[in-house]
Amino acid sequence: MNLDDLTRTSGEWLRGSGPESDIVISSRVRLARNLADFPFSGRASSDEKKEISQALRDGVKKTQATHGLNYVNVDELETLDRQFLVERQLISREHAGAEGSRGVAFPPEENVSLMINEEDHLRIQVMRSGLALEDAWGEASAIDDSLEERLNFAYHHQLGYLTACPTNVGTGLRASVMLHLPALVITKQIEKVFRALQKINLAVRGLYGEGSQASGDFYQISNQVTLGSSEMKILQNITTVVPQIIHYEREARTALVNESRQTLHDRVARSLGILRAAQSISSEETMHHLSNVRMGINLGLIDDLAILTINELFIHTQPAHLQKLQGSALDSQDRNIARATYLRSRLRNDSESHG
Amino acid sequence: MKKCDFCSEPATVHITDLSHGKHQVLHLCGSCADKERATHLKPQLKVEQIVKGIIAAYAGQSTGEMAELACPYCGTRYAEFRAAGRLGCPADYEAFRAGILPLLERIHGSTEHKGKCPRRRANATGLPAELIRLRRDLRAAVEREEYEAAVRLRDLIRRKEAEHESR
Repeated sequence: MNLDDLTRTSGEWLRGSGPESDIVISSRVRLARNLADFPFSGRASSDEKKEISQALRDGVKKTQATHGLNYVNVDELETLDRQFLVERQLISREHAGAEGSRGVAFPPEENVSLMINEEDHLRIQVMRSGLALEDAWGEASAIDDSLEERLNFAYHHQLGYLTACPTNVGTGLRASVMLHLPALVITKQIEKVFRALQKINLAVRGLYGEGSQASGDFYQISNQVTLGSSEMKILQNITTVVPQIIHYEREARTALVNESRQTLHDRVARSLGILRAAQSISSEETMHHLSNVRMGINLGLIDDLAILTINELFIHTQPAHLQKLQGSALDSQDRNIARATYLRSRLRNDSESHG
Repeated sequence: MKKCDFCSEPATVHITDLSHGKHQVLHLCGSCADKERATHLKPQLKVEQIVKGIIAAYAGQSTGEMAELACPYCGTRYAEFRAAGRLGCPADYEAFRAGILPLLERIHGSTEHKGKCPRRRANATGLPAELIRLRRDLRAAVEREEYEAAVRLRDLIRRKEAEHESR
């Protein structure tokens, strides 16, 4: 398939339409599976990796539930295209940077991604817009069931599904939700949320910006324990805590509006002004202002933009996307100019189309 | 005056970060510095490092018997697992059982799977593990240029693979 066709579309999970989607951007479920008769990918020889890829690719092709997915040989892609798939969250950073035979299969809607020869032989990933973990789990489990009719996955009577890293053994399930929490960040309450979540064994990490900077106020919450609890229990642990965080974020937003509607409106309007007028803008600054604008739309302070547009811009303004749109490699200075140009055109078009 | 690295306001706070083995300087304005401090408080360790740390601390000693231990199928040594944090093949869970069970107890608070299981059980030991060993033997035979042995192994692997797939 031609990845260039994807530059003008976005994954279904970004459309911003699921339950609680003003705060919950997306829900994601990932299942780790390994073929029983091969070493884990990290230990496999290059020939074995080819055999593993082949076996899984055949399995995916012949299985009803996954038939018709686009398959991409990740090892044959240019660096830019691998980065592009990372930005779309179809493959992991590790998968992009790994060596040897490996691939990814996904449908045009991009709500499923099957990573082959990542750390585990197979990672089944299902994404949904809004808070819809159980729905995502249902599909991931159905794909697992149908693949299992053709493939022998490593399973231990006591320890469950066996994985390359002991942190994934048992269910092999990592469930996560991506939350947009600008008001908890502004009111400096985000730390409390982190501490509470850690107490109940949930991990939190900033979505964008490796390391220190959580740009865009996006936080991902996921389970750490994969062994000893059923899949439903693991999901419930997250789905019972997320409404509380949503509640705190809404309260913080209301408090901000009540305290000083004008200050908040000013902040949001300035952010939109910068995005509509800047001639050169960094990725971090873009995330920061998009985050304000996103909150502004949700609070009714901006009424000429759709949430979907903003959700898309978080992805489309990242380096590989800009370079693919531009059709050429750009250094960071040129990217900042291209980013500003792209933002101006997207934000202008949108306001015109909304009258 | 230097500009803030994040927002181009004048930088008033200068942070030199030495924590990741390299020296990194950040120039920040007041409001970005506040944010930076907030994000510094959150867990920032790479999962990788945490896992390695836990494994090193709880996966038993690498001295004595455990130091010599290796998986009979894929050949991964227990010491390699401790160093890298990744297992070599599904059979390692049995081969390194004595070290892995306390580790799983530590990470998950449990050593008993309670979730779904395949309708068709594929064991991690037995035939599939034997295939892992035979393919390794085949590679070794080719490397030693023992081609007759390699041909015998290849035929054996094909028979076993057919048997494994027909399960």
